[in-house]
Amino acid sequence: MKGMTLIVKTITDFVAAFIVVFGAYIVLYGHLTPGGGFAGGVIIACAFILVMLAHGKEQAFARLPEKAAHALDSGGALAFLIIGWLGVSGGFFFLNVFGRGEMFRLLSSGMIFPLNIAIAFKVGSSLFLVFAALAMFRRRSFRSMIEEELS
Amino acid sequence: MTVYFLCMVLLTLGLYCLVAKKNIVKKILGVVIMDYAVNLYLITIGYKHNGVAPIIEKATPTAMLERFVDPLPQALVLTSIVIGLGVLSLMVSMVIRLYEKHGTFDMSQISKLRG
Amino acid sequence: MENIAPQLYTLLVFMVIGSVVAVETKNLLSAVISVSAVGFALSVAFLFMGAPDIAITQLVVEILVLIILIRGTILLDNTSVETHRDTLAVVTSLIFFGLLLGFGAMIFGSKGFPEFGEPLMRVSRVYVQTGLPATYAANIVTSVILDFRAYDTLGEATVLFASVLGALALLRKDGKVKGEGVAAA
Repeated sequence: MKGMTLIVKTITDFVAAFIVVFGAYIVLYGHLTPGGGFAGGVIIACAFILVMLAHGKEQAFARLPEKAAHALDSGGALAFLIIGWLGVSGGFFFLNVFGRGEMFRLLSSGMIFPLNIAIAFKVGSSLFLVFAALAMFRRRSFRSMIEEELS
Repeated sequence: MTVYFLCMVLLTLGLYCLVAKKNIVKKILGVVIMDYAVNLYLITIGYKHNGVAPIIEKATPTAMLERFVDPLPQALVLTSIVIGLGVLSLMVSMVIRLYEKHGTFDMSQISKLRG
Repeated sequence: MENIAPQLYTLLVFMVIGSVVAVETKNLLSAVISVSAVGFALSVAFLFMGAPDIAITQLVVEILVLIILIRGTILLDNTSVETHRDTLAVVTSLIFFGLLLGFGAMIFGSKGFPEFGEPLMRVSRVYVQTGLPATYAANIVTSVILDFRAYDTLGEATVLFASVLGALALLRKDGKVKGEGVAAA
């Protein structure tokens, strides 16, 4: 699909990196301030979708290739499961066996921190792939089919 | 009580749009409105008068813990919102395929039996 | 804030009016924009009720819903709704939904239902009191979804995975044109 005008492209180049940083902030501090993995993952996907809408699908896939997006998607879900299985060593599925750390610090609260990151990867790359698939689908109206036949 | 009744009105509007309209995209809008109504109802169940958000800071006195709103419905709604987005993307992809096959968005044309 | 009932009622009435506009208008782009207005008002309502996590999530998801729905309508040449209506379906649905609202009013006005603003909090009392000492997470909602109830979050990740997989499988190839299907029949 085509991109947009020059103004939109310039602003997108300027802003998209800040959106990714903001999304990463909401993900990483999810156990201390509002937010968490879901909201941050959707914000990071929004940054890539902005690049896709402004420049076109090829540019977006140059920043994040399709195979890498599939790998991040499946890897996020798998990491979630593996952290759950690590809890079985303490007796229960999803038992919090990591070290707790100090309160109100970034690297604290056991398994919540890596789980937030895994969820963010999963949600962000899933939504990016769905948008790429929706954008890729060309519409074939009857008129364009006739024009193809006549040309 | 009136707040819950208005949530039910929103749910009924979404359900009416899903059932009685012919265009497929209108039906999808009905499902989206029903999703909003259910999430609103769940959060409204958990509200406490003069409540604050359930986030503890370093300087929070222990008496503030009594004023927190209910965090359990918020946990349910957080996953429900993102699942609604996933289901919506699946519905729109089905609509795209249906349009490719039948050429129309009218449900009465699509659901006719063909010999 | 002291009593949020006036603000909450204003937002709810705005949402109901926006949904009525979305249901009844003939132009599909107007309907999509009305539904998005309802979504944004919902995000503000969540903020009034003390749920900032949910407000952030609803806001960004609403933006993506708007983009997906616009993709489903104007990019597919679907701009207006045809006008003939099915009277039997409308009348039957109005009768049933009147019954639904009547039952709803009966249940919400009954004695055993907790009032607005006084939740039961039988399970949540434990989560609020022991959330910070047990998990060292200051955000209690995060500690509920990722420590006390992490199994439910696994179910949610699975549902999201399955729905995205279904959407990708449906949109894998470019579609055939309708002309071919009609000519073959």
